[in-house]
Amino acid sequence: MSLISYFRETKPSSAKLAKERLQVVIAHQRGERNSRYEFLPAMQREVLEVIRKYIPVDQEQVQVHLEQEGDYEVLELNVTLPDKP
Amino acid sequence: MTSGKGGVGKTTTSAAFATGLALRGHKTVVIDFDVGLRNLDLIMGCERRVVYDFINLVQGEANLNQTLIKDRRVEGLYILPASQTRDKDALTREGVGQVIDELKAADFEYIVCDSPAGIESGAQMAMYYADEAVVVTNPEVSSVRDSDRMLGIIASKSRRAEQGDEPVKEHLLITRYAPARVSDGDMLSVDDIVELVGIGLLGVIPESESVLQASNAGQPVILDEKDPAGQAYSDVVARFLGEQVPLRFVEAVPKGLLKRLFG
Repeated sequence: MSLISYFRETKPSSAKLAKERLQVVIAHQRGERNSRYEFLPAMQREVLEVIRKYIPVDQEQVQVHLEQEGDYEVLELNVTLPDKP
Repeated sequence: MTSGKGGVGKTTTSAAFATGLALRGHKTVVIDFDVGLRNLDLIMGCERRVVYDFINLVQGEANLNQTLIKDRRVEGLYILPASQTRDKDALTREGVGQVIDELKAADFEYIVCDSPAGIESGAQMAMYYADEAVVVTNPEVSSVRDSDRMLGIIASKSRRAEQGDEPVKEHLLITRYAPARVSDGDMLSVDDIVELVGIGLLGVIPESESVLQASNAGQPVILDEKDPAGQAYSDVVARFLGEQVPLRFVEAVPKGLLKRLFG
Protein backbone atom coordinates (compact mmCIF):
# COMPACT_ATOMS: atom_id res chain seq x y z
CA MET A 1 0.00 0.00 0.00
CA SER A 2 1.60 3.29 -1.01
CA LEU A 3 1.25 6.68 0.66
CA ILE A 4 -0.76 7.99 -2.28
CA SER A 5 -3.24 5.14 -2.19
CA TYR A 6 -3.56 5.83 1.55
CA PHE A 7 -5.22 9.11 0.67
CA ARG A 8 -7.20 7.67 -2.18
CA GLU A 9 -10.63 6.36 -1.55
CA THR A 10 -10.15 2.81 -0.31
CA LYS A 11 -11.78 0.26 -2.55
CA PRO A 12 -12.45 -3.27 -1.33
CA SER A 13 -9.75 -5.77 -2.27
CA SER A 14 -10.69 -7.63 -5.43
CA ALA A 15 -9.07 -10.81 -4.10
CA LYS A 16 -11.51 -10.77 -1.18
CA LEU A 17 -14.39 -10.44 -3.59
CA ALA A 18 -13.01 -13.34 -5.65
CA LYS A 19 -12.80 -15.52 -2.57
CA GLU A 20 -16.36 -14.76 -1.49
CA ARG A 21 -17.74 -15.51 -4.95
CA LEU A 22 -15.76 -18.73 -5.17
CA GLN A 23 -16.97 -19.87 -1.75
CA VAL A 24 -20.52 -19.69 -3.07
CA VAL A 25 -19.97 -21.48 -6.40
CA ILE A 26 -17.78 -24.18 -4.89
CA ALA A 27 -20.29 -24.89 -2.12
CA HIS A 28 -22.93 -25.22 -4.82
CA GLN A 29 -20.74 -27.55 -6.92
CA ARG A 30 -20.07 -29.74 -3.92
CA GLY A 31 -23.76 -29.87 -3.12
CA GLU A 32 -24.47 -31.19 -6.60
CA ARG A 33 -21.80 -33.85 -6.22
CA ASN A 34 -23.70 -35.32 -3.34
CA SER A 35 -26.53 -36.19 -5.67
CA ARG A 36 -25.35 -39.77 -5.16
CA TYR A 37 -27.64 -39.48 -2.13
CA GLU A 38 -30.71 -38.99 -4.26
CA PHE A 39 -32.22 -41.96 -2.46
CA LEU A 40 -32.60 -39.84 0.69
CA PRO A 41 -36.28 -38.84 0.24
CA ALA A 42 -37.28 -42.46 -0.48
CA MET A 43 -35.34 -43.66 2.54
CA GLN A 44 -37.01 -41.00 4.67
CA ARG A 45 -40.47 -42.29 3.60
CA GLU A 46 -39.60 -45.89 4.40
CA VAL A 47 -38.09 -45.00 7.77
CA LEU A 48 -41.26 -43.05 8.53
CA GLU A 49 -43.41 -46.08 7.71
CA VAL A 50 -41.38 -48.32 10.02
CA ILE A 51 -41.58 -45.85 12.88
CA ARG A 52 -45.29 -45.40 12.34
CA LYS A 53 -45.83 -49.10 12.89
CA TYR A 54 -44.88 -48.51 16.52
CA ILE A 55 -45.26 -44.81 17.25
CA PRO A 56 -47.81 -42.39 15.81
CA VAL A 57 -45.68 -39.66 14.20
CA ASP A 58 -46.19 -37.23 11.31
CA GLN A 59 -44.01 -36.75 8.29
CA GLU A 60 -42.50 -33.53 9.72
CA GLN A 61 -41.45 -35.36 12.85
CA VAL A 62 -38.91 -37.47 11.03
CA GLN A 63 -36.03 -35.46 9.60
CA VAL A 64 -33.05 -36.65 7.61
CA HIS A 65 -29.96 -34.46 7.26
CA LEU A 66 -26.72 -35.09 5.45
CA GLU A 67 -23.82 -33.01 6.66
CA GLN A 68 -20.18 -32.76 5.77
CA GLU A 69 -17.78 -32.37 8.68
CA GLY A 70 -14.21 -32.29 7.45
CA ASP A 71 -13.45 -35.75 6.08
CA TYR A 72 -16.66 -37.22 7.49
CA GLU A 73 -20.15 -37.26 6.19
CA VAL A 74 -22.80 -37.47 8.87
CA LEU A 75 -26.23 -38.83 8.15
CA GLU A 76 -28.50 -37.58 10.87
CA LEU A 77 -31.92 -39.04 11.48
CA ASN A 78 -34.05 -37.05 13.86
CA VAL A 79 -37.35 -38.42 15.18
CA THR A 80 -39.45 -36.16 17.36
CA LEU A 81 -41.57 -38.33 19.61
CA PRO A 82 -45.11 -37.16 20.32
CA ASP A 83 -45.95 -35.73 23.73
CA LYS A 84 -47.39 -38.19 26.22
CA PRO A 85 -51.18 -38.11 26.07
CA MET B 1 -1.43 -33.46 -14.04
CA THR B 2 -4.86 -32.05 -14.37
CA SER B 3 -6.74 -28.78 -14.01
CA GLY B 4 -9.97 -28.61 -15.97
CA LYS B 5 -9.09 -25.16 -17.24
CA GLY B 6 -6.62 -24.75 -20.10
CA GLY B 7 -3.52 -22.59 -20.12
CA VAL B 8 -2.74 -22.88 -16.42
CA GLY B 9 0.56 -24.70 -16.87
CA LYS B 10 -0.20 -28.44 -16.99
CA THR B 11 2.27 -29.22 -19.76
CA THR B 12 4.97 -26.95 -18.32
CA THR B 13 4.41 -28.67 -14.98
CA SER B 14 4.37 -32.19 -16.45
CA ALA B 15 7.65 -31.53 -18.25
CA ALA B 16 9.31 -29.99 -15.19
CA PHE B 17 7.96 -32.60 -12.77
CA ALA B 18 8.96 -35.61 -14.90
CA THR B 19 12.41 -34.10 -15.48
CA GLY B 20 12.78 -33.48 -11.74
CA LEU B 21 11.88 -37.08 -10.88
CA ALA B 22 14.41 -38.39 -13.42
CA LEU B 23 17.08 -35.99 -12.11
CA ARG B 24 16.62 -37.66 -8.73
CA GLY B 25 17.29 -41.05 -10.25
CA HIS B 26 13.75 -42.31 -10.84
CA LYS B 27 13.01 -43.87 -14.21
CA THR B 28 10.16 -41.70 -15.47
CA VAL B 29 7.99 -41.39 -18.54
CA VAL B 30 5.76 -38.42 -19.32
CA ILE B 31 2.74 -39.09 -21.55
CA ASP B 32 0.95 -36.47 -23.62
CA PHE B 33 -2.78 -37.28 -23.47
CA ASP B 34 -3.80 -34.31 -25.60
CA VAL B 35 -4.58 -36.25 -28.79
CA GLY B 36 -4.82 -33.92 -31.77
CA LEU B 37 -3.09 -31.06 -29.94
CA ARG B 38 0.36 -32.45 -29.26
CA ASN B 39 2.54 -29.98 -27.36
CA LEU B 40 4.54 -31.78 -24.71
CA ASP B 41 7.13 -32.67 -27.38
CA LEU B 42 7.75 -28.94 -27.99
CA ILE B 43 8.07 -28.14 -24.29
CA MET B 44 10.46 -31.08 -23.88
CA GLY B 45 12.38 -30.04 -27.02
CA CYS B 46 12.01 -33.38 -28.82
CA GLU B 47 9.49 -32.41 -31.52
CA ARG B 48 11.80 -33.44 -34.34
CA ARG B 49 12.34 -36.90 -32.93
CA VAL B 50 8.69 -38.01 -32.92
CA VAL B 51 8.23 -41.04 -35.16
CA TYR B 52 5.44 -43.04 -33.55
CA ASP B 53 2.95 -41.82 -30.98
CA PHE B 54 0.69 -42.89 -28.12
CA ILE B 55 -2.13 -43.94 -30.49
CA ASN B 56 0.23 -46.08 -32.60
CA LEU B 57 1.22 -47.78 -29.37
CA VAL B 58 -2.35 -48.24 -28.15
CA GLN B 59 -3.36 -49.72 -31.50
CA GLY B 60 -0.35 -52.02 -31.72
CA GLU B 61 1.16 -50.30 -34.78
CA ALA B 62 4.44 -49.73 -32.95
CA ASN B 63 6.04 -51.15 -29.83
CA LEU B 64 7.21 -49.36 -26.69
CA ASN B 65 10.87 -49.13 -27.77
CA GLN B 66 9.93 -47.59 -31.09
CA THR B 67 7.56 -45.08 -29.53
CA LEU B 68 9.34 -43.82 -26.41
CA ILE B 69 11.67 -40.87 -26.95
CA LYS B 70 14.68 -40.94 -24.65
CA ASP B 71 15.62 -37.53 -23.32
CA ARG B 72 19.15 -36.49 -24.30
CA ARG B 73 19.77 -34.34 -21.23
CA VAL B 74 18.55 -36.41 -18.31
CA GLU B 75 19.19 -40.10 -17.76
CA GLY B 76 16.08 -42.19 -17.16
CA LEU B 77 13.64 -39.69 -18.70
CA TYR B 78 11.34 -40.70 -21.56
CA ILE B 79 8.60 -38.93 -23.50
CA LEU B 80 5.54 -40.56 -25.02
CA PRO B 81 4.10 -38.07 -27.52
CA ALA B 82 0.44 -37.68 -28.41
CA SER B 83 -0.84 -38.22 -31.90
CA GLN B 84 -1.27 -35.08 -33.96
CA THR B 85 -3.58 -36.49 -36.61
CA ARG B 86 -5.84 -39.06 -35.02
CA ASP B 87 -9.23 -38.61 -33.51
CA LYS B 88 -9.23 -38.44 -29.73
CA ASP B 89 -11.67 -41.37 -29.64
CA ALA B 90 -8.75 -43.56 -30.72
CA LEU B 91 -7.75 -43.67 -27.05
CA THR B 92 -9.67 -46.39 -25.28
CA ARG B 93 -9.62 -47.17 -21.61
CA GLU B 94 -8.42 -50.72 -22.27
CA GLY B 95 -5.71 -49.51 -24.66
CA VAL B 96 -4.42 -46.93 -22.17
CA GLY B 97 -4.50 -49.56 -19.41
CA GLN B 98 -2.39 -51.91 -21.52
CA VAL B 99 0.20 -49.24 -22.24
CA ILE B 100 0.42 -48.36 -18.54
CA ASP B 101 0.89 -52.03 -17.67
CA GLU B 102 3.63 -52.30 -20.30
CA LEU B 103 5.38 -49.23 -18.88
CA LYS B 104 5.23 -50.69 -15.37
CA ALA B 105 6.65 -53.95 -16.71
CA ALA B 106 9.48 -51.91 -18.27
CA ASP B 107 10.43 -50.75 -14.74
CA PHE B 108 9.15 -47.21 -14.95
CA GLU B 109 8.83 -45.87 -11.41
CA TYR B 110 6.74 -42.85 -12.34
CA ILE B 111 4.27 -42.38 -15.18
CA VAL B 112 3.36 -38.70 -15.48
CA CYS B 113 0.12 -38.21 -17.42
CA ASP B 114 -0.21 -34.74 -18.95
CA SER B 115 -3.98 -34.23 -19.19
CA PRO B 116 -5.68 -32.16 -21.87
CA ALA B 117 -7.87 -29.27 -20.70
CA GLY B 118 -11.57 -29.82 -20.22
CA ILE B 119 -13.45 -32.61 -18.49
CA GLU B 120 -14.18 -34.71 -21.58
CA SER B 121 -12.86 -38.14 -22.56
CA GLY B 122 -9.21 -37.11 -22.99
CA ALA B 123 -9.00 -35.62 -19.51
CA GLN B 124 -10.89 -38.57 -18.02
CA MET B 125 -8.57 -41.00 -19.78
CA ALA B 126 -5.53 -39.21 -18.33
CA MET B 127 -6.81 -39.42 -14.74
CA TYR B 128 -8.55 -42.82 -14.85
CA TYR B 129 -5.58 -44.99 -13.83
CA ALA B 130 -3.99 -42.38 -11.53
CA ASP B 131 -2.77 -43.16 -8.04
CA GLU B 132 -2.07 -39.51 -7.34
CA ALA B 133 -3.35 -36.34 -8.96
CA VAL B 134 -1.67 -32.96 -9.13
CA VAL B 135 -4.29 -30.27 -9.69
CA VAL B 136 -2.61 -27.29 -11.34
CA THR B 137 -4.37 -24.07 -10.37
CA ASN B 138 -3.82 -20.39 -11.14
CA PRO B 139 -4.75 -17.76 -8.52
CA GLU B 140 -7.76 -16.75 -10.58
CA VAL B 141 -11.49 -17.46 -10.19
CA SER B 142 -12.16 -19.66 -13.22
CA SER B 143 -9.13 -21.84 -12.58
CA VAL B 144 -10.02 -22.36 -8.90
CA ARG B 145 -13.58 -23.27 -9.76
CA ASP B 146 -12.50 -25.71 -12.48
CA SER B 147 -10.02 -27.33 -10.11
CA ASP B 148 -12.86 -28.07 -7.73
CA ARG B 149 -14.89 -29.53 -10.61
CA MET B 150 -11.97 -31.73 -11.60
CA LEU B 151 -11.63 -32.98 -8.02
CA GLY B 152 -15.27 -34.05 -8.13
CA ILE B 153 -14.62 -36.00 -11.33
CA ILE B 154 -11.52 -37.69 -9.91
CA ALA B 155 -13.46 -38.62 -6.78
CA SER B 156 -16.26 -40.25 -8.78
CA LYS B 157 -14.84 -41.45 -12.11
CA SER B 158 -11.29 -42.64 -11.50
CA ARG B 159 -10.60 -46.36 -11.43
CA ARG B 160 -9.90 -46.15 -7.72
CA ALA B 161 -13.33 -44.59 -7.18
CA GLU B 162 -15.07 -47.15 -9.38
CA GLN B 163 -13.41 -50.09 -7.69
CA GLY B 164 -13.92 -48.70 -4.21
CA ASP B 165 -10.16 -48.62 -3.54
CA GLU B 166 -8.41 -46.01 -1.46
CA PRO B 167 -9.09 -42.68 -3.21
CA VAL B 168 -6.65 -40.97 -5.57
CA LYS B 169 -4.25 -38.85 -3.51
CA GLU B 170 -4.82 -35.23 -4.50
CA HIS B 171 -2.22 -32.46 -4.48
CA LEU B 172 -2.68 -28.77 -5.15
CA LEU B 173 -0.05 -26.96 -7.22
CA ILE B 174 -0.46 -23.21 -7.60
CA THR B 175 1.25 -21.73 -10.65
CA ARG B 176 1.77 -18.17 -11.94
CA TYR B 177 1.71 -16.81 -8.42
CA ALA B 178 2.56 -13.12 -8.03
CA PRO B 179 3.22 -12.30 -4.34
CA ALA B 180 3.27 -8.53 -4.98
CA ARG B 181 -0.23 -8.67 -6.46
CA VAL B 182 -1.38 -10.74 -3.50
CA SER B 183 -0.10 -8.17 -1.02
CA ASP B 184 -1.86 -5.46 -3.04
CA GLY B 185 -5.10 -7.38 -2.59
CA ASP B 186 -5.50 -8.09 -6.30
CA MET B 187 -4.75 -11.81 -6.29
CA LEU B 188 -6.05 -14.75 -4.27
CA SER B 189 -3.45 -15.81 -1.71
CA VAL B 190 -2.04 -19.32 -1.24
CA ASP B 191 -4.09 -19.63 1.96
CA ASP B 192 -7.28 -18.56 0.18
CA ILE B 193 -6.80 -21.11 -2.60
CA VAL B 194 -5.91 -23.93 -0.21
CA GLU B 195 -9.01 -23.14 1.85
CA LEU B 196 -11.26 -23.02 -1.22
CA VAL B 197 -9.96 -26.13 -2.97
CA GLY B 198 -9.51 -28.06 0.26
CA ILE B 199 -6.64 -30.40 -0.64
CA GLY B 200 -3.00 -30.55 0.45
CA LEU B 201 -0.58 -28.02 -1.04
CA LEU B 202 2.30 -29.51 -3.03
CA GLY B 203 3.86 -26.23 -4.03
CA VAL B 204 3.67 -22.72 -5.39
CA ILE B 205 5.38 -21.72 -8.64
CA PRO B 206 5.96 -17.98 -8.95
CA GLU B 207 5.15 -16.13 -12.15
CA SER B 208 8.44 -16.01 -13.99
CA GLU B 209 9.68 -14.78 -17.34
CA SER B 210 11.89 -17.80 -17.67
CA VAL B 211 8.89 -20.14 -18.13
CA LEU B 212 8.27 -18.59 -21.55
CA GLN B 213 11.98 -18.58 -22.34
CA ALA B 214 12.22 -22.24 -21.35
CA SER B 215 9.32 -23.23 -23.60
CA ASN B 216 10.80 -21.16 -26.44
CA ALA B 217 13.96 -23.22 -26.13
CA GLY B 218 12.30 -26.57 -25.45
CA GLN B 219 14.03 -26.87 -22.08
CA PRO B 220 11.97 -27.95 -19.05
CA VAL B 221 12.15 -24.94 -16.71
CA ILE B 222 13.36 -27.10 -13.82
CA LEU B 223 16.73 -27.34 -15.61
CA ASP B 224 17.18 -23.60 -14.97
CA GLU B 225 18.63 -23.88 -11.49
CA LYS B 226 18.98 -20.12 -11.03
CA ASP B 227 15.39 -19.27 -11.80
CA PRO B 228 12.77 -19.05 -9.03
CA ALA B 229 10.23 -21.09 -11.05
CA GLY B 230 12.85 -23.77 -11.73
CA GLN B 231 13.79 -23.85 -8.05
CA ALA B 232 10.15 -23.97 -6.99
CA TYR B 233 9.60 -26.99 -9.26
CA SER B 234 12.62 -28.70 -7.67
CA ASP B 235 11.01 -28.11 -4.29
CA VAL B 236 7.74 -29.58 -5.58
CA VAL B 237 9.48 -32.77 -6.69
CA ALA B 238 11.28 -33.02 -3.34
CA ARG B 239 8.00 -32.63 -1.44
CA PHE B 240 6.30 -35.18 -3.67
CA LEU B 241 9.08 -37.62 -2.76
CA GLY B 242 8.39 -37.02 0.92
CA GLU B 243 10.98 -34.39 1.87
CA GLN B 244 10.10 -31.50 4.14
CA VAL B 245 10.82 -28.36 2.12
CA PRO B 246 9.59 -24.90 3.17
CA LEU B 247 7.65 -22.78 0.65
CA ARG B 248 9.72 -20.19 -1.22
CA PHE B 249 8.82 -17.21 -3.40
CA VAL B 250 5.44 -16.64 -1.73
CA GLU B 251 6.28 -13.34 0.00
CA ALA B 252 6.42 -10.05 -1.89
CA VAL B 253 9.86 -8.52 -2.21
CA PRO B 254 9.73 -5.38 -0.02
CA LYS B 255 9.28 -2.23 -2.07
CA GLY B 256 11.90 0.52 -2.05
CA LEU B 257 11.15 3.84 -0.39
CA LEU B 258 10.16 5.63 -3.62
CA LYS B 259 7.93 2.79 -4.69
CA ARG B 260 6.32 2.75 -1.28
CA LEU B 261 5.55 6.46 -1.43
CA PHE B 262 4.33 6.65 -4.98
CA GLY B 263 3.08 3.13 -5.68
